[in-house]
Amino acid sequence: MTESTRTHAPEASHPDVPEAAHAPPLVEIAGLSVDFATRHGVVRAVRDVDLTLRAGQCLALVGESGSGKSVTARTLIGLAGEGATVRAGTLAFEGRDLLRLGGREWRRLRGRRIGYVLQDALGSLDPLRRVGDEVAEPLEVHGLATRDDLEDRVIGLLADAGIPDPEERLLQYPHELSGGLRQRALIASAIAARPSLLIADEPTTALDVTVQAQVLDLLRQMKDAGTALLLISHDLAVVARMADHIAVMRAGQVVEQGPATHVLTQPEHPHTAALLAAVPSLDAGPRTATTLAAPVARAGTVLAEAAGSGTGPLLVDPAVSKTGPRSPGAAAGGAVDVVQVRAVTKTFRSLDGRRRTAVDDVSFTLAAGEALGLVGESGSGKSTTARLVLAEFEPDAGSVLLDGEPWSGPRERDRRARRSRIQLVDQDPLGSFDPRFTVEQVIAEALGPGAPVNGSEGGRPEAPGSGVRGGRPFGSGAGARRERVVELLAAVGLDAGFLVRGPARLSGGQRQRVAIARALAPGPEVLVCDEPVSALDVTVQAQILALLARLRREAGLSLLFISHDLGVVRQVCDRVAVMKDGAIVEIGEVDAVFRAPRHPYTAALLAAVPRLDTAWHDTARPLNGPATEPATDRDTKGIR
Amino acid sequence: MPPLARWLLRRSAQIALVLWGAATLAFLGMRLVPGDPARAIAGGVQASATPAVLDAIRAQYGLDRPLPVQYAIFLGRLLRGDLGRSYQLNQAVGSVITEQLGATVALAIGAMVLGLTLATVLGLLTAGRPRARALARAFEFCSISTPGFWIGTLLLGAFSFHLHWFPVLGEDGLAGLVLPWLTLTLSIAGVLSQVTREGVEHALEQPFALTARSRGATENRVRLRHALRHAALPVLTLSGWALGELLGGVVVVETVFARQGIGQVVVSAVQGRDLPVVTGVVLLAAVTFALINTGLDLLYRLVDPRMRQVAL
Repeated sequence: MTESTRTHAPEASHPDVPEAAHAPPLVEIAGLSVDFATRHGVVRAVRDVDLTLRAGQCLALVGESGSGKSVTARTLIGLAGEGATVRAGTLAFEGRDLLRLGGREWRRLRGRRIGYVLQDALGSLDPLRRVGDEVAEPLEVHGLATRDDLEDRVIGLLADAGIPDPEERLLQYPHELSGGLRQRALIASAIAARPSLLIADEPTTALDVTVQAQVLDLLRQMKDAGTALLLISHDLAVVARMADHIAVMRAGQVVEQGPATHVLTQPEHPHTAALLAAVPSLDAGPRTATTLAAPVARAGTVLAEAAGSGTGPLLVDPAVSKTGPRSPGAAAGGAVDVVQVRAVTKTFRSLDGRRRTAVDDVSFTLAAGEALGLVGESGSGKSTTARLVLAEFEPDAGSVLLDGEPWSGPRERDRRARRSRIQLVDQDPLGSFDPRFTVEQVIAEALGPGAPVNGSEGGRPEAPGSGVRGGRPFGSGAGARRERVVELLAAVGLDAGFLVRGPARLSGGQRQRVAIARALAPGPEVLVCDEPVSALDVTVQAQILALLARLRREAGLSLLFISHDLGVVRQVCDRVAVMKDGAIVEIGEVDAVFRAPRHPYTAALLAAVPRLDTAWHDTARPLNGPATEPATDRDTKGIR
Repeated sequence: MPPLARWLLRRSAQIALVLWGAATLAFLGMRLVPGDPARAIAGGVQASATPAVLDAIRAQYGLDRPLPVQYAIFLGRLLRGDLGRSYQLNQAVGSVITEQLGATVALAIGAMVLGLTLATVLGLLTAGRPRARALARAFEFCSISTPGFWIGTLLLGAFSFHLHWFPVLGEDGLAGLVLPWLTLTLSIAGVLSQVTREGVEHALEQPFALTARSRGATENRVRLRHALRHAALPVLTLSGWALGELLGGVVVVETVFARQGIGQVVVSAVQGRDLPVVTGVVLLAAVTFALINTGLDLLYRLVDPRMRQVAL
């Protein structure tokens, strides 16, 4: 065992552990190491991991992506991956030594004794096969059902997983189901053969918050019915509801493990503390970049980048900065509205010819320097609203104004000169980077042709505090251009060493930083951020949010911040608009809306958010029961 | 009208347009080739027909009329399904083609089936298995880079002249088909097998393959029940290309193996400036391409349910 591993008091002392504690554990792992032979040498993915899981209990493996959680779990089904070398002192399931199993014995175990639920149910169900066939596969493989009763069994399984109308669903294909139903189908398949252990690898990561709550409930029911659960998540808040024990992994090692309450409330390893600190909280409290960065900085080793990012040079023009950085709160009062959205409506024609209203009579304003959050579940019209604000397409009714001038309406040719004022930061920018470009080229391209900086800015009303937006006397030529790119990189906390990197060689957080630098390049007033941190680990997420907050504060940017994550919105935004079915059901100051939601939908959204403090023994949740999921079926007829 | 019927109707209109274009190009192409069609009809330069005979031929075939009129007559006949009479064979083009079509179709379909089978087997067996894959790649490289006539000549040399397993020439039933089939198969199998293997490998990397394995599925089951269908999608797309390869290959193979068939017909028709036959074959090729591509589009939707949502 490594020095950094801390194990808390023996499990038996924990009040929630049943008498079964004295029986041999279902899963016993000691000294597990997994190495991968790659072209660049051996990668030690998992090092010296000890874990124990007893029947009917839930063990949560928590850590950032790449920390070795999934690999650890997959050793239990013998699918650690290609080129993996698994070594362990003990690797036992139901008392059997897994290290001695041959191919046939492994297959008898998989799906039969151990069920495995992957994240991303769209990719994890074979898209070319019917849902029923997918759910039936374990029964077929293990010969657990005859041809005649197979369909009845599948219907029963789908119903058990809380899928309405199972007779119809089993004939459908995965893409015809909503994300929540797909995840349920995947769980139905994993438990088809009544395994004694269910491994769930990020089972709710891609789901809306209310659907996530339902899927967690389903898993909890499985656990209550006696199935042991190995839950893998990057999100401590998700785990807080379910887990009896938590093991925190980092860089292939378990750095801390113990009873859930203990790990959550009295973390001993700094990495656990950092993970806890980075979880976006709904509660009122620190929202500014500096205070957010504080607990992160305390974590020291882990998040050096975040701590350092606070000191990066910002492109504040000396002349402009005399007016002082804008305080976010002041933005709402008396300031000019940069963006005005007036009663916009947008409908799309779906394939069957019917029209679907994606955005329904939506109005809001975005003041200079303000951050407005747009929250709602998938299909609620958030992204369409963002696209309208970006004038990617015209609204059917209503209008959008930028700096008081018509933004929707004019021909694109007349709009182009003003395009630089409003920029987009997308969820996963990798797709928008030319893979053959270097980071320098990616950002330089956004500077526009020829003139390195503010050629297109002439004559528009200058908002104060626009340091990042140029105004600096730049020379011409490649040198000045590069200088500008380096400055933009510095503004997002990256050094000049990144200039020559290819997009593929960036981590998720670095990629998002580059995307932000690119968005800043033309000197915008408004950043439209569409789920900018949804694809990121929670600690990296905190860094990016801190960066956005700092840019906003120091450069006076306005943010239209779209997210399904209420905690994230809470951290970043001054005001929040809650969208449902294309309409804004509630809009107001973040504190007020979160503290006392007026619309029942807002209240339901807030209640569904996993919290650290409600912990795992809290059973009262508002969205219990079988999935009716009226809202989630919407994704099947989504915009695209 | 149901979407499928509407789509088929639109497709038919597009096919008609393609056929018109193909016919027009064939008509113009044959007119632009230097030389006198009347002389071709009279039996070529060697026949040394008198000017009077040539004039008579021109009048008989309408070759003395202005080009637009000839074109109008040509189109009018086409609309009635009349492909005209062959200049050389003194036989209706329709019957020339139908007589020879059987042999060529047997050749092409056999080669397509063999090619797809070979590609599927190779792709399934060698995907994700480095050593087997290296061997298969060597084979594919040879198959792709060797021209059809050379493959045919090599096969003839080895199996007919040397080993005497198969007849050198002619139509001796199935035995006579084996080497031509192989020749055509090898010309398409390389690319198809590469694409199949890539498709299988890509599918095996997808999460659903891991899910299937985690259910206890055997490697064979994962490959056959899951990955193969995914690999079929790009292969289907390439089938249109393979068909073109086969049509071109047929001409070569029928020449090398001295077989009857459309390939031979078209070679002699082009050499003899037999306009009606060339036009007929061009239209046949266009119809075949159009129909097969329409079929492929429908098949695509059958294999991939996600495509069914895309507007027809």
